[in-house]
Amino acid sequence: MTDQLDRMIAAAKAGRMSRREFVGRTTALGVSAGLASALFTKAAHAQPKKGGFIKMGMQGGESTNSLDPALAASEVPFAVNYTWGEMLVDVSATGEVVMRIAEEVSANSDATEWKFKIRRGVEFHNGKTVTAEDVVATLRRHTDEKSQSGALGIVQGISEMSADGDMVTLKLASGNADLPFLLADYHLVIQPNGGIDNPTEGIGAGPYKVVVHEPGIRHGFEKFANYFDDTIGHADQTEILVINDGTARTSAVQSGQVHMINRVDPKIAELLKRAPGVQVKAVPGRGHYVFIMHVDKAPFDNNDLRMALKLAVNRQEMVDKILGGLGSIGNDFPINGAYPLFDDSIPQREYDAVAAADHYQKSGHDGSPIILRVAQGAFPGAVEAAQLFQQSAAAAGIPLEIKREPDDGYWSNVWNVEPFCASYWGGRPVQDQMYSTAYLSTADWNDTKFKNARFDELLLAARAELNNDIRKATYAEMANIVRDEGGLILPMFNDFVEAVRDEVQGWEEDPNGELMNGRAHVKCWLA
Amino acid sequence: MHPVLTLVVQRIALGLLLLLAVSAVIFLGVAALPGDTAQAILGQSATPQALANLRIEMGLDQPALTRYFNWLGGILTGDLGTSLSNRTDIAAAISQRLGNTLFLAGWAAVISVPLAILLGLVAARYNGRWPDKLISGVTLSTISLPEFVVGYIVLYFLAVKWQLFPSVAMVFPGMGMMERLNAVILPVIVLVLVVLAHMMRMTRAAILNVMQSAYIETAELKGLSPMQVIWRHAFPNAIAPVVNVVMLNLAYLVVGVVVVEVVFVYPGMGQYLVDHVAKRDLPVVQAVGLIFAAVYIGLNIMADVISILANPRLRHPK
Repeated sequence: MTDQLDRMIAAAKAGRMSRREFVGRTTALGVSAGLASALFTKAAHAQPKKGGFIKMGMQGGESTNSLDPALAASEVPFAVNYTWGEMLVDVSATGEVVMRIAEEVSANSDATEWKFKIRRGVEFHNGKTVTAEDVVATLRRHTDEKSQSGALGIVQGISEMSADGDMVTLKLASGNADLPFLLADYHLVIQPNGGIDNPTEGIGAGPYKVVVHEPGIRHGFEKFANYFDDTIGHADQTEILVINDGTARTSAVQSGQVHMINRVDPKIAELLKRAPGVQVKAVPGRGHYVFIMHVDKAPFDNNDLRMALKLAVNRQEMVDKILGGLGSIGNDFPINGAYPLFDDSIPQREYDAVAAADHYQKSGHDGSPIILRVAQGAFPGAVEAAQLFQQSAAAAGIPLEIKREPDDGYWSNVWNVEPFCASYWGGRPVQDQMYSTAYLSTADWNDTKFKNARFDELLLAARAELNNDIRKATYAEMANIVRDEGGLILPMFNDFVEAVRDEVQGWEEDPNGELMNGRAHVKCWLA
Repeated sequence: MHPVLTLVVQRIALGLLLLLAVSAVIFLGVAALPGDTAQAILGQSATPQALANLRIEMGLDQPALTRYFNWLGGILTGDLGTSLSNRTDIAAAISQRLGNTLFLAGWAAVISVPLAILLGLVAARYNGRWPDKLISGVTLSTISLPEFVVGYIVLYFLAVKWQLFPSVAMVFPGMGMMERLNAVILPVIVLVLVVLAHMMRMTRAAILNVMQSAYIETAELKGLSPMQVIWRHAFPNAIAPVVNVVMLNLAYLVVGVVVVEVVFVYPGMGQYLVDHVAKRDLPVVQAVGLIFAAVYIGLNIMADVISILANPRLRHPK
């Protein structure tokens, strides 16, 4: 038994075994669950080894990328900004707010006034100390509409911001219990004087300094000696190589030119698992692939027709065939177990051709083909998913016609314009943000044109509510409204599928984003 | 003026005129791209407010004709403008990328051109016999495969399986020459395999064509060895068609290698152009398009001039 236990501890240390698997297997050997869990924690948190040069190969970078955090819109800039930049607060893999530049956060009773105490002695790479003024200036720059910041929608709700000594006070127009989660947004990297003077200089308070900035090619960093937190940033140097071609990326990790890669094609995940020295990680996230209907346009203004289409999707088949099993089925609302305050008692919607046909009859649709617009770029496997949808709908007597659109211009000409098309969402850290981004009546990206007074009212109530039990119940009611009345068909949540070499230690699953939310190179170390 | 010089000057003038026409076509083509520039830059998650701000900043509210002449004026004074998407100076960004592309193309050319001509000569010498069939068979099969397939095969064996060379051909300033060569060796192999057949076949065909002439028969009757006949008498008369094909392939090595660049993650012009097309970064797309056009036109002029010079009837007019 000791031999087996040792082997399992070694596997846990090398990150080859998840906590659940470890506890399951060791308890089978007669170890108590509590002890097993403690053993896992000890094994998985072996002393990090300092030094070395960690390299990540990533898809999602272009030669058009900038170091201005306000403009970050793809995976490589996210990871790059987390490397040189530091946030006010962060969100952990388990969904809690983690203190970074702020060391204490408090709110008043209706969550309209928030105080952030700034940690002393945090230093920018240019030698200046991070002050409350820098934090306020940063938020203010993103509030300015001219900054083109992707975080504009997040910071807009802040009506007043002030710095006093080491305290930042933010007043909100209406209460928001999730404000710290919102401030962990990847755009809101704290910059000296808010980056107003030179937003692209790449000077932050993060664990690494920018050494090489060649957008679309590579981003090189070296350790910042005065970084305030020695529990992360183990390697002396780190580099992010932009490798947009899937085969080139897997070759690079197989040949050891990089230690980790993102976006392994689900189709080859099984094959890559057999390659020596490489592990494939499938991490459940919040991202989802969807078909969206505009509820204000015919024929989708008829809820029976929407329900017919929702019932006519074979979700499990899509997860199996489109995601290669590396994902989970959706339930027509954009929230899953990766979110805090998720209610797992909401019944799962299944494929039911008979019920779908019933609803289709009831809708009184004239039987003309319903046009579904799709492009390969809508999400990986979108065209194939649409074909599966077409077949399962045909079995219910619902005629779907697939219209292929070019990838080029899909997001400006089709998405949010045509009444029925394929799309994807990356998910947000909290439910409130996901719903306010795309389901509130007044949301900019309300891509299903969903307007429901009761839903809006619940959303605003939950936002200002600090009692988590009440919030959870409210979110469950909202989920049911979107599920039963909305224009969203959500067949699947996709996993992040990544490949990591054996020498990488300290890996953990993080549902917030790819490659440990873009921080794998900062948090891991090399054996 | 010497008639050859007149011919050459004429060709260059025509080339410049063509380049001007191309600039107009590029501008029109880019302006006609579907989709909205600001939306393409800011992505799916852009707010209408941010979009409106960006459009004004990029001057997209001005008429197209004004923008064309502003652009043309900038280029004539050496100013390629500023990239819309990351606000860097285009000339600076391009010069590095162009240097990388020329480096890769240069090495591929240095290896492939002499090799192709040599193989072509050998194939012509042993016309119809096994060396000819072997050379033609091998080169034709490498050209028949799409270049990314050749790339992946080379990548699989030389980088992943045997780990002889790096799979990622990353080059950057400050890299030593040997390091740089080691980095680009796989893409160079692929490019050589891809362009070899075209040049080889043309050399072979041109020489075989000349070999039908009466003066070759004379040379053979003089008692020259077959290789001497080909080298001294047939090849000089086959230069014109060979040079044309060589130049076309050189142009391809500069402007057509996007796929190879992607497979080996090589930071050249092709990838740079594709990224900026996707982001609707019009000034960059126009600048790169114009450079590519200039390379094509330039190399074709060179081919014409060399053909003219290689033709004694044009060199020594009566």
